[in-house]
Amino acid sequence: MAVGIGFRRRLDFLLLVIAILSAPVLSDLILSKVERQIDLTSQIARISSTIKAENDGSSSVSEILLAIPELQAKNLAYLTARVIEGKGKARTSGLALTVEPANPKGMPPALSFYSIVLPKPLANGDSVTLDVLAAFTHSLRPFPEKITQADIHLVLFQDTGHYLSPYPVKVQSLAVKLPQARIESYTKLDNTKTLGSEIKYGPYENLPPFSYSPIAIHFEANQAFAVARELVREIEISHWGNVQVTEHYDIVHGGAMSKGEFSRLDYQSKPQIRGASAFKHLVAKLPPRAHSIYYRDAIGNISTSHVRGDSKKTEILIEPRYPLFGGWRTAFTIGYGLPLHDFVFESEGKRFLNISFGSPMHDIVTDSITLKVVLPEGSKYFSVSTPFAVQQEEEIKMSHLDIFGRPVVVLKKANVVPEHNQFFQVYYKFNALAMLMEPFMLITGIFFLFVTCIVYVHVDLSISKSSASYLAKLQWDEVRATVQQIQNIINQCLSTHEKLEASLRDLSRTGDVQACKAARKAADGLLKELSKELKPLIAFLQSTPPAAHILPKVEELVAKERELQERLMAKHSTIVDSYEKKLGGKETENRVASVQQKIVALRQDIEDLMEYIDEI
Amino acid sequence: MASPESAVNGPTMTAGAASKSLRNAFGGVIAFIILVLIGVLAFSIRLFSVIKYESVIHEFDPYFNYRVTQFLSKNGIYDFWNWFDDRTWYPLGRVIGGTVYPGLTLTAGTIWKVVNSLNIPLSVETVCVFTAPIFSAFASWAAYLLTKEVKGPGAGLTAAALLAMVPSYISRSVAGSYDNEAVAIFALVFTFYLYIKTLNTGSLFYATLNALAYFYMVCSWGGYTFIINLIPMHVLLCIVTGRYSSRLYIAYAPLVVLGTLLASLVPVVGFNAVLTSEHFASFLVFIIIHVVALAYYIKGILSPKMFKVAVTLVVSVGLAVCCAVIAILIAVVASSPTKGWSGRSLTLLDPTYASKYIPIIASVSEHQPPTWPSYFMDINVLAFLVPAGIIACFMPLTDSSSFVILYIVTSVYFSGVMVRLMLVLAPAACILSGIALSEAFNVLTRSIKFQLPGIAGNPSIAVRMWRKENGSSTVVAPNDIPKTEEAAKEKPAKKNRKKEKENVEKKPTPSKTEKRLLVLPLEASVIAVLLLVLLGAFYVVHCVWAAAEAYSAPSIVLTSHSNDGGLHVFDDFREAYSWLSHNTDVDDKVASWWDYGYQTTAMANRTVLVDNNTWNNTHIATVGTAMSSPEKQAWEIFHSLDVKYVLVVFGGVVGYPSDDINKFLWMVRIGGGVFPHIKEPDYLRDGQYRIDAQATPTMLNCLMYKLSYFRFVETDGKGFDRVRRTEIGKKHFKLTHFEEVFTTHHWMVRIYKLKPQRNRIRGKTKKSKSSRSVSSKRDVRGKRNPWH
Repeated sequence: MAVGIGFRRRLDFLLLVIAILSAPVLSDLILSKVERQIDLTSQIARISSTIKAENDGSSSVSEILLAIPELQAKNLAYLTARVIEGKGKARTSGLALTVEPANPKGMPPALSFYSIVLPKPLANGDSVTLDVLAAFTHSLRPFPEKITQADIHLVLFQDTGHYLSPYPVKVQSLAVKLPQARIESYTKLDNTKTLGSEIKYGPYENLPPFSYSPIAIHFEANQAFAVARELVREIEISHWGNVQVTEHYDIVHGGAMSKGEFSRLDYQSKPQIRGASAFKHLVAKLPPRAHSIYYRDAIGNISTSHVRGDSKKTEILIEPRYPLFGGWRTAFTIGYGLPLHDFVFESEGKRFLNISFGSPMHDIVTDSITLKVVLPEGSKYFSVSTPFAVQQEEEIKMSHLDIFGRPVVVLKKANVVPEHNQFFQVYYKFNALAMLMEPFMLITGIFFLFVTCIVYVHVDLSISKSSASYLAKLQWDEVRATVQQIQNIINQCLSTHEKLEASLRDLSRTGDVQACKAARKAADGLLKELSKELKPLIAFLQSTPPAAHILPKVEELVAKERELQERLMAKHSTIVDSYEKKLGGKETENRVASVQQKIVALRQDIEDLMEYIDEI
Repeated sequence: MASPESAVNGPTMTAGAASKSLRNAFGGVIAFIILVLIGVLAFSIRLFSVIKYESVIHEFDPYFNYRVTQFLSKNGIYDFWNWFDDRTWYPLGRVIGGTVYPGLTLTAGTIWKVVNSLNIPLSVETVCVFTAPIFSAFASWAAYLLTKEVKGPGAGLTAAALLAMVPSYISRSVAGSYDNEAVAIFALVFTFYLYIKTLNTGSLFYATLNALAYFYMVCSWGGYTFIINLIPMHVLLCIVTGRYSSRLYIAYAPLVVLGTLLASLVPVVGFNAVLTSEHFASFLVFIIIHVVALAYYIKGILSPKMFKVAVTLVVSVGLAVCCAVIAILIAVVASSPTKGWSGRSLTLLDPTYASKYIPIIASVSEHQPPTWPSYFMDINVLAFLVPAGIIACFMPLTDSSSFVILYIVTSVYFSGVMVRLMLVLAPAACILSGIALSEAFNVLTRSIKFQLPGIAGNPSIAVRMWRKENGSSTVVAPNDIPKTEEAAKEKPAKKNRKKEKENVEKKPTPSKTEKRLLVLPLEASVIAVLLLVLLGAFYVVHCVWAAAEAYSAPSIVLTSHSNDGGLHVFDDFREAYSWLSHNTDVDDKVASWWDYGYQTTAMANRTVLVDNNTWNNTHIATVGTAMSSPEKQAWEIFHSLDVKYVLVVFGGVVGYPSDDINKFLWMVRIGGGVFPHIKEPDYLRDGQYRIDAQATPTMLNCLMYKLSYFRFVETDGKGFDRVRRTEIGKKHFKLTHFEEVFTTHHWMVRIYKLKPQRNRIRGKTKKSKSSRSVSSKRDVRGKRNPWH
């Protein structure tokens, strides 16, 4: 089957050659020297050509056409051209020139054209040297298309041995750089030689326009054929100091499909032979000071990753859950935070994000990338500037505590290679005060929660104001208030008792009987007043039915208190008496002892009763 | 001399009175703060799994719940009810909406929805992971409420703190353990609280809430039958002991009526709520309570003499009717094969039932009876405190404390039958231990407080009293009985006597004058307090250890420490599931033992034959038969079931003990239970299960052996199995009908693909059609493959 395809390809090329040969010659430009180097060491075919163009005609020329066969053109991911100035070691490459698709008339249909716009038109006899770099994805075709675990991974690359150009080429050469010296087969033209892992064609001289000689190189390639079929990069800016990058990968091994068994034993014991076509890990180069790096997939964290960092970069080595053989797929997410001040700048009242476009992974081909730049809520007037054409959309993302949502700039591009990792800018306007909106909202929310609680506690929410239970509740509240008052009075009584005791202590210290008597008189008066106050309260309790069950306790309390009063008075008078009679301490003690015991017991009772009433 | 003494007494007392009111004012606030802290503790002690491992769903069943929640959040509630899952039990499928307890998923789904509507973009997974810790905080609050109703807030706070960190509950509710029990324990305790609350207040409002809480419990867990049997038991107990009251009626009757109606709304329960025997007790007691209520009512309106006549009349007629009704009921119940009981319930009633009749229930490790160490592991010091708590509940015995006693007694029994039901025991143990601890502190601090101010007086009395109390509960209990009797009658007053504050600093209540004198010597109380604190500290240390070390492993990720202190992660399960999900066709069927069914559907999103739901014994037996058959027959069975991949778990390389070879005997037993040609003795050599050179040829040729040990010998040259600690019996063999397609890094999961059927070669077909071989072959196939 593979052979069949190869044959059809040949046929295609044959038709192409016929078409090319029948095409007219364009303008008077002559390429005096073309050096091509095809780098096949990675899965991306990078063709860099140094072209020296001379204007041989009369009119000046302002653009140079590049021709690429249609078959390759659909794999073309990246194309730049630069002017080279100086010679030998003093070579310097200038700025990138504009390269745009062109559609000149009268050209063979199987070719795509790109025109390089020269910085200044080329006058008669002048020459210019250009450096053209083209990167092609998916152009290394695995052959055979299905291999087993133990087979070596061979790929086929096809191109033209002669530089395909609408202009005549005077001198040209081609070098193909391969990853390994092991070459299965390659097309031999005249003047072909191999040098280790390099194949050299040419030099060839004086070839007419559109000369084409297909070459095919079949060689071993064991590099990682990591293809991200889809990559979603989300860059979220927080003006609290963080740029959060989240990348969702859907990876497939783009090499020859694996067939038959996968034996872990073979893979583990002879990884170089029985797992050569598989790749085990990917390396991502993140910006310096990347932090909070995570690596996970839909079912949780993946523990096999290593981070190394220095001041220039942060390198993260991630291993998928299993080694990827040809055709195997996996999906995962990596995320990291970057310091805001490294990537967001301010100029002319506008802020702009300046961050690289593509995936940070080493040598990965991205079939389709969706880049989402999530701007902070409240940013306005945003615009994007990218070094290459991308498809642009806008959407809104609702995230933490958003009200209006955050504006999202969505950039989409297909067929992305590491060469696309260039900085692009998103300009926007953002008022720093808008940053405080969310904390303020939280504060307000919690404030209102408390206010509601306060209101709820203090507002009477009962529906029927005349229902029995409601009235009972009101009455009960009154009863409780009364009980509270009673308790206060009793407490006052107790403190009065305290004063009496204190006066007794003073007596024992100073022997001042008169002062003691005066204290007693004052206490007596106070207690009487208090008991007067107590009366209406008790009466109220007696008159209200809901108080019925605590009434006995309250009455007991009052009675006990009265008894305590009496005892205390008795004790007081006894002691004062014995002082007046100058009796000995022992005798006084004997006389008071019984009363004292009673007092202690009563006090305990009162305290217990108070506590009990407290709890109602 | 006398006056100074009283002077010392005086100020402390009034100061005490003043500070008491202050304490009352702040008591509520302090209790609230303590409760909040307990909630935080309950939540955060369960986060060890997230900190030590990652925020991931654990084990097996949680993966199913997670998948259901994902479906719910994506498709909405109506699609959820009608969900027919075709990715499991292939080719039968499973009606998910009608066979799951939806409480957990609905709860998490609601939380997710609310959170997302507030624009807080949490993933479903995050919500699922943290549902269990959140609900364990709720559960400890519910335990506070319940214990507060029984023995006052002090005991409540202690019980809540104990429940917040009891290892038994932690084992089921660590972050990521997204299982029914996580919310069910909260629902259980809360339902009990509302029942007690209704019993104490007689409020119809609480009775309604109780029915709703019961509904939530029915939604959440099959363990709801525990509630619907325990509460009737308690009601019956109350009636028998003469504690019938209108409050009891209000607590019970609405629960049965509303609860049963609500329960039958849950699809998985449906008419079971009235048809199965698990619910039978509740209806019987419902009838009894009405008869009793009627009797009390008639007693109230009739004169005693008339009443006696009426009783004799009713009893004679009633007995006849009862006999008839019971006869009919027995006939109905007996007509069903399991007497109307489900297998698991029968296992509870007769612990030997499962091992005799249903190997599939017996094969689950959590359905085994627990060992003594597991009690110590799971409830730790609570096991010693529970008896003290029971004694405390008898002093005095109220409706609510009798309920708690009944709860602990039944749950101790159930936990003794199944390890899993230790979970039901844990709240009861916490509540009783909380009561015990708080009562103990109560007594001890009271003694200290009583003696501290006036030590001078009466050590002799103290000692005497201490002796009296030390004379133990047998002395105290009889004294208490008449008192509690009257206490029950004046219930509200009794309840009010309960203290409203932390009883650590409590003073005795006034009515118990004789109790106040029960004072321990100062030194003894101080030492006892210290010992109790030490006991509590021990408990805390144990719980934290259990949470951190024993129960936080997610079981899909294993770790081991290497010699140099590094951590080695075994993430093989997810490696395999990830491989399946990315590198096989979306509709491929994967056969594995049922343990891995839920994980395969949830993580790999592939159709499985059997899963942890185990509802169809025959289907599981088919897989068991295939695993225990020789390669060719196994291939035929699997092929007839459309299986493309077979997944086995193998721990022989790294020493992972719970692998398929160790579970293999259950496959044989379950398979043999349905397909008699699989005989357990064929796999045993002299009754011993072995895989070394002594193993039987049947064992060495069965599919499970071959898939597990395929090319295993080449790893070390000998084929030394690190789990079985022996060299394997059959070392070099080739697979004819299966091919290895994936093996994980540590060989823990191996995935094989069924080889396609060979092209039919004309000559061979003819040969096989020859009469002799065809008959014998048919015979063999008919016997071996149940699907042909």
